[in-house]
Amino acid sequence: MQAFRVHSGVVLPMDRANVDTDAIIPKQYLKSVRRTGFGPYAFDDWRYLDAGDLDTPVDSRRPNPDFELNDARYAGASILLARRNFGCGSSREHAVWALADQGFRCVIAPSFADIFFNNCFKNGVLPIVLEEETIDELFAFAAGGAELTVDLEQQQIHVGERQIDFRVDPARRERLLAGLDDIGQTLQLRAQIQDFEARRRREKPWLFGARA
Amino acid sequence: MARTLYQKIWDDHLVQTLDDGTGLLYIDRHLVHEVTSPQAFEGLRLAGRPVWRADANLAVPDHNVPTTDRAAGIADPISRTQVDTLDRNAREFALPYFPMADQRQGIVHVIGPEQGATLPGMTVVCGDSHTSTHGAFGALAFGIGTSEVEHVLATQCLLQQPAKTMRIWVEGALDAGLTAKDLALAIIGEIGTAGGTGYVIEFAGPAVQALSMEGRMTLCNMTIEAGARAGMVAVDDTTIDYVRGRPFAPTDAHWEAAKAWWRTLHSDEGASFDREVRLDAAQIRPQVTWGTSPEMVAAVDAAVPDPAQAGDPVKAQGMRRALEYMGLAAGQAISDIAVDKVFIGSCTNSRIEDLREAAAVVRGRHVAASVKLAMVVPGSGLVKAQAEAEGLDAIFRAAGFEWREPGCSMCLAMNADRLEPGERCASTSNRNFEGRQGQGGRTHLLSPAMAAAAGITGHLVDFRTLPSVA
Ligand code: SF4
Repeated sequence: MQAFRVHSGVVLPMDRANVDTDAIIPKQYLKSVRRTGFGPYAFDDWRYLDAGDLDTPVDSRRPNPDFELNDARYAGASILLARRNFGCGSSREHAVWALADQGFRCVIAPSFADIFFNNCFKNGVLPIVLEEETIDELFAFAAGGAELTVDLEQQQIHVGERQIDFRVDPARRERLLAGLDDIGQTLQLRAQIQDFEARRRREKPWLFGARA
Repeated sequence: MARTLYQKIWDDHLVQTLDDGTGLLYIDRHLVHEVTSPQAFEGLRLAGRPVWRADANLAVPDHNVPTTDRAAGIADPISRTQVDTLDRNAREFALPYFPMADQRQGIVHVIGPEQGATLPGMTVVCGDSHTSTHGAFGALAFGIGTSEVEHVLATQCLLQQPAKTMRIWVEGALDAGLTAKDLALAIIGEIGTAGGTGYVIEFAGPAVQALSMEGRMTLCNMTIEAGARAGMVAVDDTTIDYVRGRPFAPTDAHWEAAKAWWRTLHSDEGASFDREVRLDAAQIRPQVTWGTSPEMVAAVDAAVPDPAQAGDPVKAQGMRRALEYMGLAAGQAISDIAVDKVFIGSCTNSRIEDLREAAAVVRGRHVAASVKLAMVVPGSGLVKAQAEAEGLDAIFRAAGFEWREPGCSMCLAMNADRLEPGERCASTSNRNFEGRQGQGGRTHLLSPAMAAAAGITGHLVDFRTLPSVA
């Protein structure tokens, strides 16, 4: 996993609440059995005027000029700014893969849906929660194209001359800073898991054994 | 100390608390389907990791399977690849598996309980947000992302932060004919789609206890639409009676031991919750969503609300966007909204009781001429067989409904069943997001009886007001 320490980039302001994971990556792309390549389909229904699927060449599609992602002023944006309850709906991790593949390293919003929030950390994308008023200020700042610096080590966002503090759960911050894989970390506790499992098997044997 | 149901299950599965307070939780049951698992198996292969405990899993294809004749296989090559990939992975890693041709195949959240693979007190996870359904059994059940699917396959554990707890206490009794779906939608209307974020919700009170297991599943299924990761209902006789005799359920001496433990699975007297919400079931009328988020819901006899009255500007903007997408105007009577299609199915409402409720409305009537398609998609092969044994399929067919093979179908339109742009659907599923049932499609969520009535009259209507059939 890619580590996240300090990141500077253009902010894409997306002035919508309840952006759900169906909107971030529509279901026809969930048919891919791969983990990469979803970037061109991020926000597909809003981003293109015509319908597409995995078989449609992206070059042949008509971009929606009114959608912020297609606005030249935000070209190459790597920080997404949105309204409350971002990432609600389906648990599809493809939503985070699509954002990451599109180049987003950080999403800033007043609140996030749980599963999406979790999935971000597993893919090197940093979700940041800020007060609604601060978000309003950032929208004003980002309008028309602007850069921010997000410093995870200091837990600060640099907006021009200004510093905005944010908080990330310490364990998650550590893992993101180090780019650590969760599975490898858990398997260091293999013996404890085996002990737990052996005791459970003794006490509640009906939870074990396949019958299918 | 008095503990909540959530705390009891947490404590029972805690392998270790890490330095930062994260819990390493043991997972009893992992349900697997074709959409969110391929990348996880690929990850195992790349890292050379085995599956920790194959018998803790149950795999089934559901999202991509056709609901029409399956003899010819799956026409869409990409859908077929996903199902074939699951076939291969289940075989290679020796997971218990119900392939498409197995009569026990169905929607993952329908077959888990149906088989007794979901049991009280378990931790149940699946790469699917509606895993919350299984909380109906007094289990801790929640959806996970694909990285976590891989984590569970490799370690039989998950890293979890303790959640806050909320109790939703539902006083009184629902009116006759009203269902868990109306209750679920009313609760979401009350607390909002983000109201449950960060919480595990325990549903309690007389109106919840009065629900059947299937009703409890519908209620817990919709918990995720309130933003909560999991919903739960305490174990009682209804739970135990449902589980008894199911293929994966314990028998004989194990049954008695299991039952003794299950009886302890309720929140203790005096346990404290971070938030308490109270509702009166008697106040609830049949619910229908009018917008593009499940919280955009109203009683069927109400009118489409006016964004100008919303107060909060962010909310008003969301409502305006939703009305535009839905092709509706503020103030319009909900019962004047005409529908093009009707979908009865999904992990929310495709169980036998749902089909019975819908069939009771349909019996002796016919689908309105203006309705292009009305379909019933049972939740599993066994639900389908049961419904056929009861003659429900004949009732639906005689009325002009299509009777299909089990799967997710038009709940998310990954297979061939979908809405065309602008089409309006009365749907018993759980999400009315933009494009959920097909690009440009418009979804109204409601109960099976209400969906059936919409099919018969061609518009949204309180099913209790239909003229009686001779
Ligand atoms: S029926 Fe719908 S909500 Fe349920 S698992 Fe299938 S797609 Fe998801």
